[in-house]
Amino acid sequence: MSNDTKTTPNTMPGPAVDPRLLQRESGLSGYLTEFVRKVRGGDLGSLPVIIGLIVIWLVFSLNDDKYFAASTAEFIAYYMVGIGLLAVGLVFVLLLGEIDLSVGAVSGLAAAVYAVLSVNDHVDPWLAVLLTLLTGTAIGALHGFVFAKIGVPAFIVTLAGFLAWQGVMLWLLGNSGTINLDDKGLNHFLSGNSYFLGGDISGAYILAVLAVASLLFGGFSEQRRRRSAGVPFKPTSELVLRAALLAIGAFGAAYVLNQASGVPNALVLFLALLIICDFVLRRTSYGRKIFAVGGNIEASRRAGISVPAIRISVYAISGTFAALGGLAIAATTNAAGQAGGDPNNLMMAIAAAVIGGTSLFGGRGRVWSALLGMLVIESINAGLYMLGLTLDIQYMITGGVLLAAVVVDSLSRRTQKSSGRA
Amino acid sequence: MTSAPVLALRGVSKRFGAVQALTDVELEVHAGEVVALVGDNGAGKSTLVKTIAGVHPIDDGQIEWEGRPVHINRPQDAQHLGVATVYQDLALCDNLDVVNNLFLGRELKRRGTLDEVAMEQKARELLDTLSIRIPSVRIPIASLSGGQRQVVAIARSLIGEPKIVILDEPTAALGVEQTAQVLDLVERLRERGLGVILISHNMADVRAVADTVAVLRLGKNNGTFPVQQTTQETIIAAITGATENAVTRRAARTAEAAK
Repeated sequence: MSNDTKTTPNTMPGPAVDPRLLQRESGLSGYLTEFVRKVRGGDLGSLPVIIGLIVIWLVFSLNDDKYFAASTAEFIAYYMVGIGLLAVGLVFVLLLGEIDLSVGAVSGLAAAVYAVLSVNDHVDPWLAVLLTLLTGTAIGALHGFVFAKIGVPAFIVTLAGFLAWQGVMLWLLGNSGTINLDDKGLNHFLSGNSYFLGGDISGAYILAVLAVASLLFGGFSEQRRRRSAGVPFKPTSELVLRAALLAIGAFGAAYVLNQASGVPNALVLFLALLIICDFVLRRTSYGRKIFAVGGNIEASRRAGISVPAIRISVYAISGTFAALGGLAIAATTNAAGQAGGDPNNLMMAIAAAVIGGTSLFGGRGRVWSALLGMLVIESINAGLYMLGLTLDIQYMITGGVLLAAVVVDSLSRRTQKSSGRA
Repeated sequence: MTSAPVLALRGVSKRFGAVQALTDVELEVHAGEVVALVGDNGAGKSTLVKTIAGVHPIDDGQIEWEGRPVHINRPQDAQHLGVATVYQDLALCDNLDVVNNLFLGRELKRRGTLDEVAMEQKARELLDTLSIRIPSVRIPIASLSGGQRQVVAIARSLIGEPKIVILDEPTAALGVEQTAQVLDLVERLRERGLGVILISHNMADVRAVADTVAVLRLGKNNGTFPVQQTTQETIIAAITGATENAVTRRAARTAEAAK
């Protein structure tokens, strides 16, 4: 009789597993082997950016021992926000596999619109901000409409926008060419002397604690739900490892920024928007639709997704972020000037999104790439600024970095194809 | 098969400009029946399927759904009735994983956000009941083989609880093992009480799983045969439109020689 109980397990085979499949081992070692396998397969994730950042920091601090200072970090953290906001909008567009060349021009126009409204027409500064953002939304929606409904390639639509909106900006600014902004409203909030909790030392740490705690809470509550639903879940060791890495980054950044003046409010706004956009892209059906359209237009259409609606809305988002970025850029100089539509801003925003790991080919990427990419670009800019390099060299280097990022993207896509992941 | 057909086409015609693609086509599909739709290239199989799927509205004739006449003018109309179509090009998003593809366009939500856990759970259940074996429900479609993509595409069509599933050449470009898996899956669809319309050029597949063979030739019906009681030669003759051809002559000769 005791023999019967021994044989029962054999009569109930589990789901058959293909022996060729790579099974993920449990625990931390499984996490590491999976990571190595992903990198080999071309799924580089944030790895090239982090390596790039370390290389950049090493090179510049070897050249100039003042580079590795809290003031440099403050400079990077503050000046990355404006173009970073452009890059966030571009990530949405890039996820569709399209491009928006107008974001630089729209940002310049937005600054001009805000300046004319708030300074010349004395509109309430917050109302002026709202109207400016809506201008950006409308411009983006117009680009999206011409692209999605009329069928003009997005490249051409936004190239036309790039020229036209630059023209409108110059017309708005008129003869003076520059309008100085009043230090109030959002312009004050985004300016270089506005800090979270007034620059109090606790502000930075509160943000860091919030970030780590919410990652841990989110991770463990999802683990519990998945465990109770009987689907695979991330092991506790992985969650703790992730939280530890974030904690090192967050508390390190908080410490360094506190050595200077604190966390710029502009950066807080940028991070908050990144979290919201990340949530929208990964946790809502709207975000899922963006990824689907970027992956396969025909499949999306057959799944009942309105492809034109997604396209128009994504360009509207891009236009809105361009307008907000324009306000942030204007706040750094406290003026809306003719340099607002600088094409260099557009190039750096595209470079930031791509360097951060968002693919130019659509369907792959995260909004965090705007943050990571901007860290790289502003680290380079800060270094070049310290070395006293002139604009010609800066342009060459920015161009080189953009090309390098696209090369990495193309190469990793090729590796992904050859290992069956693209 | 005595009950009313789930889907019936009565005298359906479709014209594209100067081309009469379908002329007075009749087709019936019952619950739990696999109907193979066969015919040479250009016979109108794809057009017929697209009229049912709502891609091309019909010009003439009537479509009956569970005995009552309906109009299918858009793909959504067909989906609402309960027609799911798996096209030859599958239409899966390579960058999304299996779960996301299965639920694309009808994601499950919880408090306004995507309920990944419930979707993953349901996806596993569905794939298990269909005995579909894939490495993981969380790997991108890009990592799957052709046969695995085909079964995922078919499973995807079942998410909306359809009554009729249309499979457009599901075994084309598949290997021996994968073809067998897809045919197994077709039989499981029949066991679930679904009506299946199977387009295929492969007579072996048709004979293996179909209950009924409907032959189209030059946009017209050219016979409907129960598979069990029909020889392959008869079907081929109906497809090629020749009762007098090399195949039938050979069949007659061998029959005579046998006597």
